[in-house]
Amino acid sequence: MKASKLSQINLFLPVLIPIIFLSVLPLLRGIYIGFTDYELGGQINFNGLDNYRYMLGDQFFWRSFRVGFIWTIVVTAVQVGLGLLLAVLLNLKIRFTSIYTVLMLAPWAMPPVIRGIVWRQLYDPDTGVINAALVSIGIMHEPINWLSSFEFAIPAIIIAGIWGGIPAMAVFLLAGLQSISKELYEAARLDGANPWQEFKNITLPLLKPILAIIIALDFMWNFNSFGLVWVLTEGGPGGLTRLPMLAAYEEAFRYGYVGYSAAIGNVMVVIIGLVLFVYLRVQFRERVTS
Amino acid sequence: MHTKKLSSKILVHLGLLLFTIYLVFPLVWVVSTSLKSTTEIYSGVISLIPKNISFEHYLSVFTEGAVVSSMANSLYAGVISTIVVVLIALPASYAMTRYQSVLNKFFLGWILTTQIFPAILIMVPLYIILRHAGLTDSLTGLALVYVVWSLPFVLWMLHGYLKGIPIELEEAAIMDGATRTQIIYRILMPVLLPAIGASMLFAFIGAWNEFFFAFVLMKSPDSMTLPVELARFTGLEGQARTGPLAAASFLATIPSFILFALMQRWFSSGLLGGIIK
Repeated sequence: MKASKLSQINLFLPVLIPIIFLSVLPLLRGIYIGFTDYELGGQINFNGLDNYRYMLGDQFFWRSFRVGFIWTIVVTAVQVGLGLLLAVLLNLKIRFTSIYTVLMLAPWAMPPVIRGIVWRQLYDPDTGVINAALVSIGIMHEPINWLSSFEFAIPAIIIAGIWGGIPAMAVFLLAGLQSISKELYEAARLDGANPWQEFKNITLPLLKPILAIIIALDFMWNFNSFGLVWVLTEGGPGGLTRLPMLAAYEEAFRYGYVGYSAAIGNVMVVIIGLVLFVYLRVQFRERVTS
Repeated sequence: MHTKKLSSKILVHLGLLLFTIYLVFPLVWVVSTSLKSTTEIYSGVISLIPKNISFEHYLSVFTEGAVVSSMANSLYAGVISTIVVVLIALPASYAMTRYQSVLNKFFLGWILTTQIFPAILIMVPLYIILRHAGLTDSLTGLALVYVVWSLPFVLWMLHGYLKGIPIELEEAAIMDGATRTQIIYRILMPVLLPAIGASMLFAFIGAWNEFFFAFVLMKSPDSMTLPVELARFTGLEGQARTGPLAAASFLATIPSFILFALMQRWFSSGLLGGIIK
């Protein structure tokens, strides 16, 4: 028995060492730094809740979390909605489905930074196709610099964000759809159900557990996203599109306030944790009662 | 009845076609831009089809060198981390599946935790640890970070697959006197190939796409990865380099796109369904 315990540890050791040194320990240290006044190159002094007290009056923090929530909720909702529609269409296994699938994976194949570069080119006031198209069909008279406009910067990053995440959502949901037994649909068809009834009474209820997890994951990924918006706007104009991760990055690596940056990170964790807790609890309750 | 079926088929095709256009158009546009001459890009006349096909931007990308060497760096970090992560995750996921131990709970907890915590929290302490090990601004250090970055997914995937493999397979091998290492790498590895393949693809694409860690950790020009190199050209500098950036963006998309195309059959064959269950 002892020997087998030892050999178990041997099997775990190769992953345990990197996990502890490159993930667990830095993470615990990072959480702790959120309760210190650490500035780049300075001493680390524990200062309790000072960072969080300062945060309450920091309007940049509030603005960043507000845009973070708008971004996360809209992007997640539309990505999952369109992803589900796309997955249902692909699951019909109509002719050319495999060609459609390959082509539609294009945004997913792009690194987020590249997605940013591509959309910046599409939005460009001088050379971009979006302005050119809108002007030529007469919707606008003048090209607009979408990404530096106070009115349009947030919708512009949201549209680019939604686009990049649809393929992944569609593929995950397609996997979920394929795990639903075909016999259920055949039985429903014999009873004369139409496609909408099939979707509402079979697909949606059976997909619900997977859907709940995918929504939760997508929510976290979007809330923590960085590269795309960094390349699109660097948080501008005037900090309007400074998502929480951008704010935390700038606090640490532009201004050197590592302690405060980690404090923002801690608040992000608490908020995500709370949202997920409430969300998954509601999902779970519904399943028990229905 | 027949016409109704036909019209709904047309509707489905129409839906899929609209999705395809929406999702592919930006890539098509970038390819078109990358093939236009510099004068045409800034001429004020904007069209999807280039007037004359010109390879000047690809040429400048390849002759300037910075993009090519950053591509090689991304490739290096991606390949090393992908191989290492699968080799070390195999025994661990095997142990997770075959034995009940406290560590199982630790791993599952850790996998969930990594999804919730933002990378910014880990960044500065990680930097300090890597500096102690002399691994900052080093591709080996970055590859190590990527190993840990893709571990949650790979562990989860291999664990899910191993659960479905009957234990009798190993029992027969033990009878024949096989050691555990032999069981894992000789007997289970071939059976697990689809899951290993999918893990490797996701790990590689994850590393190839990653920006935040590379952006903070890699500072010297010759150690930058492709996303970091390309993200340098923002604002006006980016506008002035529209053509080369378009060419580089297209090149950066190719590796993952090929891998996805190879994997496409799995997406519709239900292989991923097995992971979710």
